[in-house]
Amino acid sequence: MIFFLTLSILGISVFMCLVRAIKGPTPFDRILSISSIGTIIAIGISVHGFAFNRPDFVDISLMYVLLNFLGTIAILRYYKIKNKKTNVI
Amino acid sequence: MSYNFIELFSIISLILGCFFILSGSLGLIKLPDVFSRIHAAGLIDTLGSGFIVLALIIYSGFSLLSLKLVLIPIFLLFTSPVTSHAISLFAYESGHKPKAKIKK
Repeated sequence: MIFFLTLSILGISVFMCLVRAIKGPTPFDRILSISSIGTIIAIGISVHGFAFNRPDFVDISLMYVLLNFLGTIAILRYYKIKNKKTNVI
Repeated sequence: MSYNFIELFSIISLILGCFFILSGSLGLIKLPDVFSRIHAAGLIDTLGSGFIVLALIIYSGFSLLSLKLVLIPIFLLFTSPVTSHAISLFAYESGHKPKAKIKK
């Protein structure tokens, strides 16, 4: 029962991050907020696996963390290519 | 309702993780600047995921599953500073300065 409470709190916090992703004035706010949503969902997948007595979902959660990192870096590199005057990453 | 000692410890750790994740995402809404929002996002990545994974490890007992569970905060511990540093460096190079005023 405590796992379902945790899942509902994680859902509330995903929506709170989504507010910043919609409203954020700069693109970096949106990238940061999407990265945080990815982390919360990766934790939520593994909590969901424990809530329904199927702990095999931990593998999917582990994959999700790495793909989240790759996605964030890929979006930042795309943004670098788009305006070429700065030279970072 | 009588809880086992291990379950009680797991529930306390889950509540702490939920508190840190909720406060981190509240800070993502309320803080005024990109550079201060990165701080709030780092709270989710380190303490929130750390406490919730600790709770799952204590709940499930020590087996091969707990090794996979330990790998999640370790990967987050490597990838989260890289992401935060890249976002903040690129935001600073792109012309955004910190808005916070220092009180004298």
